[in-house]
Amino acid sequence: MTLLAARPRIAVVVFPGTWSERDFAHVAESVLGWEADLVWHTDTDLRRPDAVVLPGGFAHGDHLRTGAIARFSPVMRSVADFAEAGGPVIGSCNGFQVLTEAGLLPGVLLRNDHLEYRCDWQWLRVERPSSSRAWLGDLADGEVIRLPISHGEGRYVADAETLDALESGGRVVLRYADEAGARTDAANPNGSERAIAGIVNERGNVLGLMPHPERAAEAEVGGTDGLRLFRSLEAWLREQPAAVERRL
Amino acid sequence: MGGGVLTVRWLAEVRVGLRPGIADPEGQTVASALRSLGYSSVSEVRSGKLLRIGFEADDRDAAEAALGDMCRRLLANPVMEVATWELATAEPSRAEVPG
Repeated sequence: MTLLAARPRIAVVVFPGTWSERDFAHVAESVLGWEADLVWHTDTDLRRPDAVVLPGGFAHGDHLRTGAIARFSPVMRSVADFAEAGGPVIGSCNGFQVLTEAGLLPGVLLRNDHLEYRCDWQWLRVERPSSSRAWLGDLADGEVIRLPISHGEGRYVADAETLDALESGGRVVLRYADEAGARTDAANPNGSERAIAGIVNERGNVLGLMPHPERAAEAEVGGTDGLRLFRSLEAWLREQPAAVERRL
Repeated sequence: MGGGVLTVRWLAEVRVGLRPGIADPEGQTVASALRSLGYSSVSEVRSGKLLRIGFEADDRDAAEAALGDMCRRLLANPVMEVATWELATAEPSRAEVPG
């Protein structure tokens, strides 16, 4: 049996109010030829995926706080178990907010400092991609990529101690920057502390980011940098016999 | 709920606000709007939310404990928020099931 024969399969979690699940499934199935399962939030069976996606949107209407109610959805127990077992988990936009509320990533995402909803293309500097080979193995330290953002509550906030620990642990992996990769106030679209756009957990298998990689996977929509996160995952999975055998 | 226990209906007002030091752009915007209306002495506005919660508990201690749990588990995120509450007795209730 060759590992290359297996197609990656992702579980895409859908809360009431999630809106990016079909984009993730489209990229997985139509662009990459993977399999994608949409998993309703009351379901606790992720059906043995290779990776779990928490997509963007407005889970439970963003009521109370973004992600506050979603974290108690039954599916989140299974997502936490999957992450605990080392499985790759990505939370984009609202998914990032859910991951912080669930305690799978530190910090919190608050209202953009200018109070505007921001929907735009955004330059991002990649840092320490080796911290998450599952999601960023295909990217180089210091390179600048371009992904869409679409959020009203993306201002990353954590206390100084947490921020320092993230930095020293190489866990800040994406920062808002200008096209040249410089971190400037003008390039920070929401007032995030230290221009943080994406972080990983200590093991590197859980990535949370405000940008939308699934919206930058085809040249027709303006860019393909997002596809590189998917490619990274596929390459990483092929190096993980256990992950593949789990499905065979 | 044990049989025959007379529970009390409580009404709580829970206020959730951002911790001191966490930037509050909504509050800042409101402050600036007030100043532009001529209230030039307004120096600070902090925004937050108010939740009115009706529930039942046997006594005040149990009601306070329940509110503490609600705040810790759901109503406030301790990373950036603080919750305070005021508790009022609404009325005695005979919600118990004989038992």
